[in-house]
Amino acid sequence: MTKQMHLAAHFPGVNNTTVWADPRSRSQIDFSSFVHLARTAERGRFDFFFLAEGLRLREHKGRIHDLDVVGRPESLTVLGALAAVTEHLGLAATVNATFNEPYELARRFASLDHLSGGRAAWNVVTSFDAFTGENFRRGGYLDRADRYTRAAEFVATARELWDSWTPEGTPRPFAHQGQHFSISGEFTVPRSPQGHPVVIQAGDSGEGREFAASTADIVFTRHGTLEAGREFYADVKSRLAKYGRRPEDLKIMPGVTFVLGDTDAEAQEKAADIRRRQVSAQNAIVALEQIWGRDLSAYDPDGPLPEIDPDPESELVKGRVKVGDPFAVAAKWRALSEAKGLSIRQTVIETTGRQSFIGTPASVAAQLTEFVTADAADGFILVPHLTPGGLDDFVDRVVPLLQERGVFRTEYSGPTLRSHLGLPTPVRKG
Amino acid sequence: MPPPRTPTRPLHLAADIGGSPHYEARHYTALARLAERGTLDFVTLGDSFARPGLDALAVLARVAPATERIGLVPTVTTTHTEPFHVSSAVATLDWVSRGRAGWSPEVSTTEAEAALFGRRPAAPAADLWHEAREVADVAGRLWDSWEDGAEIRDEPTGRFIDRDKLHYVDFEGRTFSVRGPAIVPRPPQGHPVTVIDATAPEPRAAAVRHADIALVRAEDPAAARELREELRDRARAHGRDPERLRVLVSLPVQLHTTADAVGLATLIGDWYEQGAAEGFHLRPAEPERDLALLVDGTVPVLQHRGLLRRFYPGATLREHLGLARAANQYAHAGSPS
Repeated sequence: MTKQMHLAAHFPGVNNTTVWADPRSRSQIDFSSFVHLARTAERGRFDFFFLAEGLRLREHKGRIHDLDVVGRPESLTVLGALAAVTEHLGLAATVNATFNEPYELARRFASLDHLSGGRAAWNVVTSFDAFTGENFRRGGYLDRADRYTRAAEFVATARELWDSWTPEGTPRPFAHQGQHFSISGEFTVPRSPQGHPVVIQAGDSGEGREFAASTADIVFTRHGTLEAGREFYADVKSRLAKYGRRPEDLKIMPGVTFVLGDTDAEAQEKAADIRRRQVSAQNAIVALEQIWGRDLSAYDPDGPLPEIDPDPESELVKGRVKVGDPFAVAAKWRALSEAKGLSIRQTVIETTGRQSFIGTPASVAAQLTEFVTADAADGFILVPHLTPGGLDDFVDRVVPLLQERGVFRTEYSGPTLRSHLGLPTPVRKG
Repeated sequence: MPPPRTPTRPLHLAADIGGSPHYEARHYTALARLAERGTLDFVTLGDSFARPGLDALAVLARVAPATERIGLVPTVTTTHTEPFHVSSAVATLDWVSRGRAGWSPEVSTTEAEAALFGRRPAAPAADLWHEAREVADVAGRLWDSWEDGAEIRDEPTGRFIDRDKLHYVDFEGRTFSVRGPAIVPRPPQGHPVTVIDATAPEPRAAAVRHADIALVRAEDPAAARELREELRDRARAHGRDPERLRVLVSLPVQLHTTADAVGLATLIGDWYEQGAAEGFHLRPAEPERDLALLVDGTVPVLQHRGLLRRFYPGATLREHLGLARAANQYAHAGSPS
């Protein structure tokens, strides 16, 4: 049988993917928006619906960043409600392992799994950020190395709790003694329909890849190009054997965008227009300031890059993951700008996009299929640029072509997210 | 027999849908729909980290889209949780229910509960309720930390929000601090409704400061009336308008026959007419059985007596309760007036 593709829908959130000024763009908060996108994804027989998380509003130059979409409801509660208006769609919440405790979070995910009939998934993320810590009892003391060991122990502990009831349905005492958690007692929730909710992990660094290979059911990645995707895919899949896992036990799903047109040229034109609207003149300067760590508001976004060097000690940007060595990034941007004659805004547009599939529905279906058959991915987490209608065209025009090609399901084969993903129910331990 | 008094305000009626734990959504959905058919103001669902059962807020989030009007009030414990997460989850319940959320803060006093988290030892109720009051306080601030209309989508300036309408809360409590602002924009009711069981002294002190609804337990209408007056006086002493505090008598009920249901209606009506309280929170022994009789037996009698409304005149829980949308404590910050 042809390798099957997995598809997920990301609710576009707090970043500059969303073209919020588009007249078709609706509320990011109202439940009706979530219902629309989730039902569209389910109509398209998608594997799951994916929500990101925010724990502190981003700041730029000491003030709340105001140029992108800001604000969203809390993910697990939204997904609990969506379970009432969908039947098959998996429901994935990003929840930070640094600013939560295993007992409470294991209970919330097990509750969602019961309430959705086996459709819950947890995207495990970590933070070492004192800035975010200012909203929490824990504060921000965790260092970079500890956050992975804590996350790994967190997931393992959650699984101990999920396994703690007997098959007959009575709670058994658990006791976990570890480096980060020493807890004991009885869990309040029986084993859930999936055994364990599906675990998703973003893993681009070496540590992240190892963590994903040892622990995750899905790895969420940004490696979007075919070559980078194939390298990542081969590397991560090769790490599974040492944990006694098979390559098909971990699904690799990059987050990607798409733009559809009636012709390839029209799609390219639309894509360029969308990128310009995503990266406004104001946003271009902010993106530049985030690399340079300096106030560059006097620069013309349609002019050349600044000649001054970045300030590596800058505390200008808070609440966003640092992009690496600012000098290296600045040098790369300058080289690109010179080679192609790009302005500040054009350079930002060129460098900040993620993998995007652009073309007619037939061409996009072919590109997606190529990625999956070439083992650059097992599927995709699609990030639409409009809320909540941004998936409508994809489901109406691309999904039928994927189904015709035999690379995507026409009906759900089972009720749980694990059944959509072809993942077995975890063996109960203990 | 004296003619029925025409009440100035409708009687408030709520019911607990806890009972023995169930692990499927349809059980709770059916109970909430039943209560909604009886035009009850809200349902409560208890919770604790130490006894079998699903997360109550998750259950009522699942119930929200399956119901239209009824208020949804989960117990939310504050001892071992992050106040920032608690305020986000309760605000989100308000968003997904379109303004029907409440929450009932509780504390976790036992060593067994502390051992589930391994973060801090058990503490006396007084300390934990002090902390719960701080959690209620910071939740209110976080709910207000986005003014209404903060989202502006101003294309010429490229601004999605007006940052002047977002506020740091800078809360420093005894056991936690929160910088803010919230991630979740201000919920539809402004503040979801706070319900506190004011039976014991420590939660009573929290109720007079923070509750929109205080639950009391009493043997007779006179005792209930006395408790209500005490709560209203203490609320006034904290600078609150006592008219904005609803006091409900919480009663355990067991209904086996239609006669029981009619008898309950008589009791509720009599207590209400004697000014015992503004309403009742019923705690059925077996929700499936008792709620059916309550809705089909007790409710029609109260409606016939003109004490209970026959339909929901509004959409939000605050509207059911006759409570205004909460004012925003930051809305005039920085303005010259």
